[in-house]
Amino acid sequence: MSKPQGSNVKERARTALQDEFLIDAVKFTTERLKNGKKAATAEHGNWEEWRERGRQIRAHTVAHLDYYLSRFIENARAQGVHVHFAPEGKDAARIAMDIAKHRGAKSVVKSKSMVSEEVHINEAFEQIGIESIESDLGEYIIQLANEPPSHIIIPAIHKNRRQIAELLSKEAGETLPPETQVLAGFARRKLRDKFLEADIGLTGCNFGIAETGTVVIFENEGNARMVSTVPKIQITLMGMERLIPTWDDLEVMATLLPRSATGQKMTMYMSGITGPKRTEDGDGPEEMHVIIVDNGRSLQLGDPDFQELLNCIRCGACLNACPVYRHIGGHSYPGTYSGPIGAVLTPALNKNAEEWHDIANASSLCGACYEACPVKIPLHDMLVYLRNRKVERGVTAPGEKMAMRGFKMLMGSHAWFERAVKAGQLGQKLLVRGGVIKSRIGPLGGWTAYRHIPALPKKSFREQWTKVTAEAENSFKPMTDEMKSRMEKIVQSRAKGGH
Amino acid sequence: MKVSLFITCISDALFPPIGEAMSQLLARYGVRLDFPKVQTCCGQPAFNSGYWDEAKASAKTILEAFDDSDFVIAPSGSCTGMIHHYYPKLFEHDAALLEKSRRLQEKTYEFTQFLVQVLGVTDVGAYFPHKVTYHPSCHGTRLLGIKDELMELMSHVEGMEYVPLPYAEDCCGFGGTFAVKMSEISGAMVEEKSQHVLETEAEVLVGLDMGCLLNIGGNLKFQGKPVRVMHLAELLYEGVRNREQTAGV
Repeated sequence: MSKPQGSNVKERARTALQDEFLIDAVKFTTERLKNGKKAATAEHGNWEEWRERGRQIRAHTVAHLDYYLSRFIENARAQGVHVHFAPEGKDAARIAMDIAKHRGAKSVVKSKSMVSEEVHINEAFEQIGIESIESDLGEYIIQLANEPPSHIIIPAIHKNRRQIAELLSKEAGETLPPETQVLAGFARRKLRDKFLEADIGLTGCNFGIAETGTVVIFENEGNARMVSTVPKIQITLMGMERLIPTWDDLEVMATLLPRSATGQKMTMYMSGITGPKRTEDGDGPEEMHVIIVDNGRSLQLGDPDFQELLNCIRCGACLNACPVYRHIGGHSYPGTYSGPIGAVLTPALNKNAEEWHDIANASSLCGACYEACPVKIPLHDMLVYLRNRKVERGVTAPGEKMAMRGFKMLMGSHAWFERAVKAGQLGQKLLVRGGVIKSRIGPLGGWTAYRHIPALPKKSFREQWTKVTAEAENSFKPMTDEMKSRMEKIVQSRAKGGH
Repeated sequence: MKVSLFITCISDALFPPIGEAMSQLLARYGVRLDFPKVQTCCGQPAFNSGYWDEAKASAKTILEAFDDSDFVIAPSGSCTGMIHHYYPKLFEHDAALLEKSRRLQEKTYEFTQFLVQVLGVTDVGAYFPHKVTYHPSCHGTRLLGIKDELMELMSHVEGMEYVPLPYAEDCCGFGGTFAVKMSEISGAMVEEKSQHVLETEAEVLVGLDMGCLLNIGGNLKFQGKPVRVMHLAELLYEGVRNREQTAGV
């Protein structure tokens, strides 16, 4: 798989920022999805209440994950499902390969699954000579391009129609016009054959229902239904936190997820798969495996700062809302997941390894991700916690450490703060031109490449305070009784507020 | 009642007229502001960068400055948000400071919140005959929930033409140290924001956070665009003076 260019976020972002096609494509689609979500949540009417309910369901499940996992496993096994557990990504790949080898499989057809990206399942199958084909249109496109997905929901969001036509034309051996119907028609015909000849259907899992051991899959193209009904063997990869307790809880998730993801009131297809084909069933796999994948998830359990990460339902709303994602696209992020959730999840799943940490800096902490999240994960806070852990480990840049030591000294006492402002007022004279600073020296460079800085006024506010307060006295009017009583009531209510 | 001004480091050093406007406006409602000089900075630049010890040193000056105040008012949703939202985390392992910060939270208000929620003032009697657009800063709206207060105050300003900012809720790209560390991403964001401001053809861009306004204003100046950038307190005070001068006060 081709790796994104550049060794760190800053370099990859620089490449992306210069790619006009990419930025236009990402902006166009995230905008459409964001507006769709806005309309769908407004139309819903009680969005905030349902959002809170969603948060509660997820938080409860994650808090009792051991219980719900054992319920799920027990119930799935009772339906004839082979359940496996993979501590790490490579274990999941190995289990899937063992099944394939054991059954003499030659080809696998896949529906969309972010976990499968995490464990690099396609590469694993390829290595043992098994063809593994993506059947979600977006995934199929990026598989042809030999790229990882750049969005959780819209894997090929970074490609425009012309680029997609080129990729599919190469596959078709003829020039296809950049028309959606023609392109989708080609993929449909091509994939139909793959569905029919595949030995194994591999799916992801949006929700695992503990009370019945059911795997629930949301999709729009019908390909996951084909994947889970046509081939004789089904393998489902499920992140270990994908569970919800009951079918009633699914109602909440089925309301939150599609609206948040694409602005749809309902997803086109929602499949609930409880065990392999029974005698009376018209279709379905003869053999069904569920591989439950940990791969760093259990590291978050019991961590007060990051456990809520496991509440994520992978809707991608935070990506669409994020102004940074919109400008740099998904390939600027390291790892499988991009956008705000990826910026936190990737380091978290990788034991907060230092090489993943720079991505936490690529956020203005605006909180749009939290606002968009259907289960209220405070990603903007988590980004700060990640930065803090990096500092605690002492692995930040020496220049930054020094600057922060300076901050501590200057802001730790007003006397030093005043001295620093005074020094600035005097020292800036060399840099100020026409009331502004344009110099690109040292750390100012990043700022002044895009902006001017106003010069410090001759006197700070505190230096003018005596004059300000004396002048304000001239405009002083006595407070009305109404205001007085409003203020008193507020102060009293605090005192009662209990301490 | 002791009502104290938390001027914020950025307005203290760079934008003194904001504190003056607040003092002048509030005097008209019988509020004499107190200004404790031990205050420096809320600590957010260090906190957001992950340097919590450094942030604490700075935040402690705020806890100390306003310990005996009844109300604390700041011309910033972001610095107020820092106190409300992050001080509990910053001081979670120090019971005494945590308690102090809890008391500070309940009495700290962003400027428009204080005017509207506490004093009940929605019409300051301003006359401001200009075309104005407004950038709602992320921390003020998302962390503190300021939405209606500013619109309420603006709706009573006479002579003013308000033009909504397209994509107003998008971050301007400031983000404190983000603007320096990830300058290219931040630069792309602020350029987009400026573009939206220019589309409104407003003469004035108003806001409640000088960090964001420093960023957007700095970029507009960089582009040579003559949009005037003001904190709402400045706009209201100028409007009040316009009115008082016409009335011959």
